[in-house]
Amino acid sequence: MVQPWTEDFMVSFWIVVMGFLVVATCGLVGTYLLLRRMALVGDAISHSILFGLVVAFMIFRSGGTMVMFVAAVATGLLTVGIIEFIHRQSRVKTDAAICIAFTTLFAAGVVLLSVAEVKGPVHLDAECVLYGEIAFVPLDPAVEVFGLVLGPAPVVRIAGVLIGLLVLAAVFYKELLVTSFDPALAKSLGIRVGIWHYGLMAVLSIVIVSVFEAVGAILAVAMLVVPPMFAAQLSDRLPVRFALVFLHAALSSLVGYQLSVWLNCSPAGAMVVVGALLFLLAWAVTRPRRAALPDWTAPS
Amino acid sequence: MRRLGWCAALLVLTTAAPVEAARIGEIADWNFGSQAARFFSLQDPSVRYALAGSMLLGLCCGLMGAFLVVRKLALMGDALSHAVLPGVALGFLWGMTKNPVAIFAGAVGAGLLGAVVVQWIRATTKHREDAALGFVLSSFFGVGIVLFTMIQNLPGGAKSGLDGFMFGQAAALGPEDVWLLAGVTVLALGAVGLFYKEYVLTSFDEGFARSLGWPVKLYHYSLMLLLAFAIVSALQAVGVVLVSAMLVIPAAAAFLLTDRMGAMLAWSAGFGMLAGAAGAFFSFTGRSLPTGPFMVLAAAGLFVLALLFAPRHGMVGRLWRRRSRAARIRRENTLKAIYHVMEDGGFREEVVAVGDVAARRRETEAGARRGVAELQRAGLATEEGGRVAFTPEGWQRACEIVRNHRLWELYLTNAAQLAPDHVHDDAEVIEHMLGDETVRRLERRLNYARRDPHGKLIPGLADLAAGAPPSGRAAGCAEKGAA
Repeated sequence: MVQPWTEDFMVSFWIVVMGFLVVATCGLVGTYLLLRRMALVGDAISHSILFGLVVAFMIFRSGGTMVMFVAAVATGLLTVGIIEFIHRQSRVKTDAAICIAFTTLFAAGVVLLSVAEVKGPVHLDAECVLYGEIAFVPLDPAVEVFGLVLGPAPVVRIAGVLIGLLVLAAVFYKELLVTSFDPALAKSLGIRVGIWHYGLMAVLSIVIVSVFEAVGAILAVAMLVVPPMFAAQLSDRLPVRFALVFLHAALSSLVGYQLSVWLNCSPAGAMVVVGALLFLLAWAVTRPRRAALPDWTAPS
Repeated sequence: MRRLGWCAALLVLTTAAPVEAARIGEIADWNFGSQAARFFSLQDPSVRYALAGSMLLGLCCGLMGAFLVVRKLALMGDALSHAVLPGVALGFLWGMTKNPVAIFAGAVGAGLLGAVVVQWIRATTKHREDAALGFVLSSFFGVGIVLFTMIQNLPGGAKSGLDGFMFGQAAALGPEDVWLLAGVTVLALGAVGLFYKEYVLTSFDEGFARSLGWPVKLYHYSLMLLLAFAIVSALQAVGVVLVSAMLVIPAAAAFLLTDRMGAMLAWSAGFGMLAGAAGAFFSFTGRSLPTGPFMVLAAAGLFVLALLFAPRHGMVGRLWRRRSRAARIRRENTLKAIYHVMEDGGFREEVVAVGDVAARRRETEAGARRGVAELQRAGLATEEGGRVAFTPEGWQRACEIVRNHRLWELYLTNAAQLAPDHVHDDAEVIEHMLGDETVRRLERRLNYARRDPHGKLIPGLADLAAGAPPSGRAAGCAEKGAA
């Protein structure tokens, strides 16, 4: 059980740290998505981001973090734009529009990926899209700042994103809160709801692209949706929810990594499984207080 | 054995770019024409299976997808298609082979469990549907990934060929897969055919169906079961990630083309089959690329065509109708202005100056000239040296518009008790929309009144039939009335 830690401590350490940072960052954005009932927009963007990355790397051949972020924001806004376009210009409902937009972009991404040779800072291939390669994170070259070794590049990148996110959430706490909970009130207070919406989408895209390599397109959705659901199950207060997201991140990354060692399976997948179990636990604990018995006669 | 080979080829192609380059270099004699010929001659059994399988899955997914789209459950399809993954892995673990029956059973079980969990989260927590779907989609997929990676690390698991389930490879379809697809399609067709009325009613008016005492939940879950069947049988060809696209996109395209459920089912199934065939074709001719993405792109192409060119709900048609209506209203306003200028002159002149029309319309003379030119093109007026005259059709249309306007003003003052100075703006809008039948009824209701609330004459049938302003006639009706 403790063998990976005694044998190669640094590898295990970086995988768990990466897992923690990924879940915490996604969970933070996801909390706002959950409040806005936009969990599935996260699903859509995490799929379509593949298209943006492939196109960006085909154009720029190679690129740094900035290329990646710009591509992500552009794709994220493109996805949201397509969804809104279909919804406005036709009678197709939003749910179908979401499905059409992201599956088409994802399909285009897979086709481009299989016909073009893609090289970039993010190593893209079909496996990475599905499983994520968090196990390879410790192998990435370490970043040094002023002679101080910080850690593997993806870890440093996601840590930077998390810090930026925390700063944004603190500075714009009031605006995000009011636009998420009561858009009508926000409007009457003179807050531009649309700008905050698109801003959140841009931040979401950056978060997704930063975790894409580590956990893949679909497991990223779990990181976006499950920790906020866990937190929402236990508290109604936003700051407490953030704290619970961090708790969830710590538990699911550490226990998930142990599970993956034990089962010899994908660490990212195992972290998601542990995260889902944590939600089920919170659900079981709080259900009697929060709701009556399941209403089996409720309309489906 | 051949299927394993295909899957290995797919793995090599999609996972290792340098290896792919080497492979393409090897098959330099690859030729689109000869591949297409091979595809269309249907000599190759693998082509026959791939084509039949792809079209069957398009048909089946199209049928189920139509119900998903009208029930606003499009993302349920997405969630279930991801949720079947652990079932696929468990089915494989059953005998460590790709036994279609075991995989089918496992996947259907996982899919149904997913549908139940969605329902359960919605019923017992405060989370909305989007969170419930997102949870099922991603956590089931996580379990699936854990099982898949475990299988790959087991002895003999590396060559399991389960990767084919991710992006789909129609060329990997064997006879038993096609038979499975055919069975599911027959089942779906049969269920939809037998319970058509029930499914349509529960889809469109659930409350009414419940008030009739129908088991609405049973229909919902039977549809989910059929959906799980369709998803599972389509996995091999489209892959887990993109099945939802084959469910939703053809159905959404069909939704734009028709307002009737039966027609929508037919269109949706047809689009699905077309997209399936196109996907199989491109995948076969394009160096055995994964099939799923091509099917999805073909379906998306069909959707874009429908979005643009659908007769009633398409963007081009709507834009065209809006523009032609705007042009008609512009023409009618110019006609009305000419009429008013003539009327102000007591119909003594048969022609009016463009400048007067501009003054009446409160626009520049250039604008009025453009308006008159539009009338000329439509054959409603003639213009010479800055002076305009009606053609017979133009006169008739102008009379109709003025009549509509004044009748409506009169109707509003008489029937709705509005003040005479409040009715103009309303009449300004409605005058372009009143049809003949409404006008007859208005006239009857107003006892064929001759004057509007402002004391102006309402043009009658005689004026319309005269074909020219009264000044052009010996004794105009309008003038007689005015006198």
